[in-house]
Amino acid sequence: MNPNLHLWLIPLLPLIGAAINGAFGKRFSRQAVTGVALLFCGAAFAMALWVVSQFSSLALPHTEYVATWIRAGTFQADFAFYLDQLSLVMLLIVSGVGFLIHIYSVGYMWEEGGYYRFFAYLNLFMFFMLTLVLASNYLLMFIGWEGVGLASYLLIGFWFTKDSAASAGKKAFIVNRIGDFGFLIALFLLIQHFGSLDFTTVFQKISRFSPETAGAELLTAIALLLMVGACGKSAQIPLYVWLPDAMEGPTPVSALIHAATMVTAGVYMVARSHVIFERAPAALTVVAIIGTLTALFAATIGVAQTDIKKVLAYSTISQLGYMFLACGVAAFSAGIFHLMTHAFFKGLLFLAAGSVIHALGGEQDMRHMGGLRTKIPWTFWTMTAGTFAIAGIPPFAGFFSKDEILWRAYQASWIYWLIGLSTAFLTSFYMFRLWFMTFFGDYRGDLEDHGHGASHAGAPAPHGHGHGGIHESPKVMLIPLMILAVLSIVGGWVGVPESMYGANHFERFLAPVFHSTTSSAELEQTGATDGHGLTGEGEQRTSYTAERLFTGISVAAALTGLYLAWLLYLRRPQLPQKIARSLNGFYDMVLHKYYVDEFYATIFVKPLIDGSRTILWHGIDQGVIDATVDKSAEEALDVSDTVRHMESGNVRSYASWVAIGAAAVIAYMIWVASR
Amino acid sequence: MVPLSYYLVLSGILFACGVTGFLIKRNIITIFMSIELMLNGVNLSFVAFAAQWHQLSGQVFVFFVMVVAAAEATVGLAIIIAVFRTRETLNVDQVNLLKL
Repeated sequence: MNPNLHLWLIPLLPLIGAAINGAFGKRFSRQAVTGVALLFCGAAFAMALWVVSQFSSLALPHTEYVATWIRAGTFQADFAFYLDQLSLVMLLIVSGVGFLIHIYSVGYMWEEGGYYRFFAYLNLFMFFMLTLVLASNYLLMFIGWEGVGLASYLLIGFWFTKDSAASAGKKAFIVNRIGDFGFLIALFLLIQHFGSLDFTTVFQKISRFSPETAGAELLTAIALLLMVGACGKSAQIPLYVWLPDAMEGPTPVSALIHAATMVTAGVYMVARSHVIFERAPAALTVVAIIGTLTALFAATIGVAQTDIKKVLAYSTISQLGYMFLACGVAAFSAGIFHLMTHAFFKGLLFLAAGSVIHALGGEQDMRHMGGLRTKIPWTFWTMTAGTFAIAGIPPFAGFFSKDEILWRAYQASWIYWLIGLSTAFLTSFYMFRLWFMTFFGDYRGDLEDHGHGASHAGAPAPHGHGHGGIHESPKVMLIPLMILAVLSIVGGWVGVPESMYGANHFERFLAPVFHSTTSSAELEQTGATDGHGLTGEGEQRTSYTAERLFTGISVAAALTGLYLAWLLYLRRPQLPQKIARSLNGFYDMVLHKYYVDEFYATIFVKPLIDGSRTILWHGIDQGVIDATVDKSAEEALDVSDTVRHMESGNVRSYASWVAIGAAAVIAYMIWVASR
Repeated sequence: MVPLSYYLVLSGILFACGVTGFLIKRNIITIFMSIELMLNGVNLSFVAFAAQWHQLSGQVFVFFVMVVAAAEATVGLAIIIAVFRTRETLNVDQVNLLKL
């Protein structure tokens, strides 16, 4: 029996912080707001660490029942929390990275108005995200799912007086709603056919199915609908359009919500539902195809972007594509592994980009950067760690996770691998392009260098956007950067594959989650899809050789990307323009993100707005509803206008009305009598 | 024997004359007389019915009406005199305010 872990406290603590800051933060000083926000977020992180320290004595999976929520007939949904290796990993990522970004935000947002509001939202986000990862049933997960969407909306539109930020928030919310629609229908199907949303119950019932049995279409439908939800939240084709716009929010928000945690919720959900997906091969193929296409598609767009945050946004979409590719080839632990390393290095990259933006007083266009290497050395070095990690250069974190995914993808189909490899090359190219454009060459902006780099690094001293001079960020921002940089370097070492004389601890750690429901009879079958099955020793060795070969190829691809970026953006800066000119049409298309936004605007948004305006607004609202009310009021006015002449105030006219009335009554009686 | 309907028609004519006079006349005294005329039109129908059905109650009612009418005439004429003294007119259209 497990000790009482009080898991319910983990999500609840940030909620308390959010409530305090939200209700009273306006009257608090900035220090007090900071204290409350960091205390409650840090307490959640400490709780998570404490749970980890108890790990050896735990019997996982562990379910903690708190209260009954809904009971209707045989259906029941509880407030209950579920802890297994998967949610433990997610818990650590969310609370850990979240806490670091909270610290960073103190420095980044110090000068901004609405400081308390920012931290209230950030804590609220932590509450919902932790609910999402700890929920023990789909309904509670859905609450977290919707909640992080809300927090994301609030934070994207944090500078709500800016029109673009407000509409970006709306766009994120609406596009997510489309995905949630699919998720909800999947939940309804689960309730209808399995009578429960509880993970344990549902998966137990489903694990009796195999792809050959009659329920396979049902499982495929459920899996595909869940994938629609995941597409919305994790910004996959065709619902990825909201994520680049979400960069309107403050940079720590982009780091926390739109890179490290919230957007990976879709991957987590698919991994959590692996029992369903494994029994729906068609759906798995769809997941893999969507993942690969998104990875490549977003990477090509990323190549042409000039806004530093937009590059990172498209890179996030592309990396999420990798995770879905991993899930799609049933390598869920590889997907979660990449999710973890991605949380480290993408969180780091965004925070470092934020530090660059901070240093340049709000400049986000890479064409106005350059040569910042010596001016903001700490930011440069941490960002270097992140760039090498995402590019997949050993021994940085991204190398191991990406390599794992590519290898597993190759085992499923060489097409996945080829596209994945091209994406890896593009990733390396655009990341080093960003790196060279920002930190090398000559400074192309117009800010003066006051040359007081590290002298500024104190406690959150009052300085920030909008004051002249390039300056290094304060320590409160640099420390999270350094921690994340270290994690970006060593984070991958927990998953060194066996082919490289590692033990792949990470996969072994997650193995109970992804194989617990597989009965021994099905092991052969999953073994076949895994490619890891019960192969002989000799075969194992040849496969190691092959794996090493593929590792070499992907490293070569990454290095090619590095070389090409160096050649084009440092050695011969005129060359990219020439290439762009020679690729005229295609370059334009990529620059405009393949006109997807415009396409959606024409196909969906414009007809919807026009239809709403002409039919619903002018037609029904104004024509029917308003018209009914207005017309009845007008009629009442007209009738009253006629009738009011009776009330003249003249007694004799009243008397005549009495007389006329009496005459009418008598006439009626006579008429009745004479009939 | 004069049929009942004759009396009733005469009563109706008297009452209608009273109503008409009440509505179209401006002079308070004429209006007052019109009211008396209406009362008497009603009285006539009362006695006509009483005679027809040999019932005394109709006759008694007429006496009551006459008593009330007499009292009303007393009070009414007194008011008219008071009004004339203060306003120096008997035109009802000019006596539309209680306050002077």
